Amino acid sequence: MKMIVCIKQVLDPEAPPASFKIDPLSHKMVLPAGIPPVISSFDECALEAALRIKDTTGGKVTVLSLGTGLLRNVVKKPLAMGADNLVLLEDEAFDGGDSWSTAYALSRAIKKIGSFDLIFCGRQADDWDAGQVGSGLAELLDLPSITVAKKIDITKDKARVERITDGGHEVVEVDLPALITVSSELGPPRYTTLEGIMTANQKETTILKPTDIGVEASQVGASGRRIDLQKIFQPIREGNCEFIVGESLEEAGANLAMELRKAKIL
Amino acid sequence: MSEYNNIMVYTEVAGEALSALSIELLGCGRKLADDLGQDLCAVLVGTKVSSLAQAAITYGADKVYLVDDPLLKDYQSDSYVSVLEKAVTQAMPQILILGQTAVGRDLAPRLSFRLGTAAVLDCVQLTIDPDSKLLLQTKPVYGGNALAIYTCKSYPQIATVRANVMSHLEPNTSRQGEVIIIEAALDPSAVRTRILEKVPESIEGIKLEDAKVMVSGGRGIGDADGFKHLEELAGLLKGAVGATRPSCDNGWVPSTRQIGLTGKIVTPDLYIAVAISGASQHLSGISGSNTIVAINKDPDANIFKEAHFGIVGDWKKVLPAFTTKLKEILSRA
Repeated sequence: MKMIVCIKQVLDPEAPPASFKIDPLSHKMVLPAGIPPVISSFDECALEAALRIKDTTGGKVTVLSLGTGLLRNVVKKPLAMGADNLVLLEDEAFDGGDSWSTAYALSRAIKKIGSFDLIFCGRQADDWDAGQVGSGLAELLDLPSITVAKKIDITKDKARVERITDGGHEVVEVDLPALITVSSELGPPRYTTLEGIMTANQKETTILKPTDIGVEASQVGASGRRIDLQKIFQPIREGNCEFIVGESLEEAGANLAMELRKAKIL
Repeated sequence: MSEYNNIMVYTEVAGEALSALSIELLGCGRKLADDLGQDLCAVLVGTKVSSLAQAAITYGADKVYLVDDPLLKDYQSDSYVSVLEKAVTQAMPQILILGQTAVGRDLAPRLSFRLGTAAVLDCVQLTIDPDSKLLLQTKPVYGGNALAIYTCKSYPQIATVRANVMSHLEPNTSRQGEVIIIEAALDPSAVRTRILEKVPESIEGIKLEDAKVMVSGGRGIGDADGFKHLEELAGLLKGAVGATRPSCDNGWVPSTRQIGLTGKIVTPDLYIAVAISGASQHLSGISGSNTIVAINKDPDANIFKEAHFGIVGDWKKVLPAFTTKLKEILSRA
């Protein structure tokens, strides 16, 4: 089973909300220097889905990422978790893209990588929350896609996928090759092991530039965008909370009940 | 791009009627169409759905593109992208609006790539820029830590809109409209996925989206047992229990109870947040609540910026006393 997992380096979504600021020049959000970036959480779930298949049926997991300023200890984490090799689309030309330009570059890189049975993506990235690269990639590669999966079973040349719907889930079957986007309902991704970290550096990392995948710099990154960001702003939280107190926390709890009654909320 | 000249809303069917969100989208589409002096089209897809075309007109559509075919009984990317591509190519809308649902978030991106245009998902506001006449699409980004406003560079400009942010029109049964039938002409072998089973979520009691009162627990609850206290309170208030993503990811609560950006968006009268720090992705799912009450031991917790009433302290001490007092008050009433 040959699998490709697309991952993105993002700002740590677990950072305190107050620490997120907008950089007025780049119109991106930034975090204080002490908070390092991470792999987008849904992408880690996508990786976990691939590694579970590797655990049970065997296979090779190639991790693919795109960006600039990719920190090696971040993007190599999948190798420490059990992936086999890493392919990085790393060039200034790939910077500032939208779902279209990113999916386009990834599709060309996947054609370069060659044969595969399954592609995994996170359902959306923790930074722009666009939620389109997986489906877009499937469309560009003319693959069937199943989005927002929480469980994947492989039998021979088919995948049986539990896809989350609004009122529950559905079990969908698809012939391989196919693309699956994964949600956090899959369950927590595995931790890296000391042994994994030791071997990660011995695994192959390939860096691809636009010319390596046969695209013009004008087709990718910011130049290839199909949507424009007009404005980004932070909602102002009112912060007009009425704090209820008491002689003890138990009394505060009782006072809260009376306060809600008085305000006719209960 | 002048050959593109109307607004289209993709309507979903829930049971035997248009979904509540579809009716909201028709209200939103009607307003945009009026702003631009254009027609509002609905596109209605499914099996035996033709009787709903009039409902779309009643709620604001001028035209309904109807695709009714036995192969369209269930949503599947391949079949639905194919018929939507047909409908868009025939109607040539400037704007296409879908719901941010399991269907919309699957259909919109794939369709936009097929059509060579672009989509913006999970919008909370859609307006027309008075100068460029382009659609301004506002959506939460960075897990709700910020809002972004986008424009698409090509037509149709495709957006999905989340539930409960748009207002529907009052139904007007005297409205007249035109129904245009599109043949699906699907090749069954071109549908590459097969639905083997549909499993409805087993929620005991009230559905989260319908609950007037919600009691939700975060990471600070600590384990599955802790949620029993929340269930007791929810039971007393005839409400439902929800949870944050970490509580669900830890397996304390079924993932179907997750509230937030990638869980359920809820709009109860009263939302009681217990041991929830207030990650933006969670707040994004509860900001439509009338009243938010927060219990958290950290006075600087982000949840207090969104809450109307708060207690700083250990929920294990506060919550039982709150529940006991409420029982007493309610028994007197």
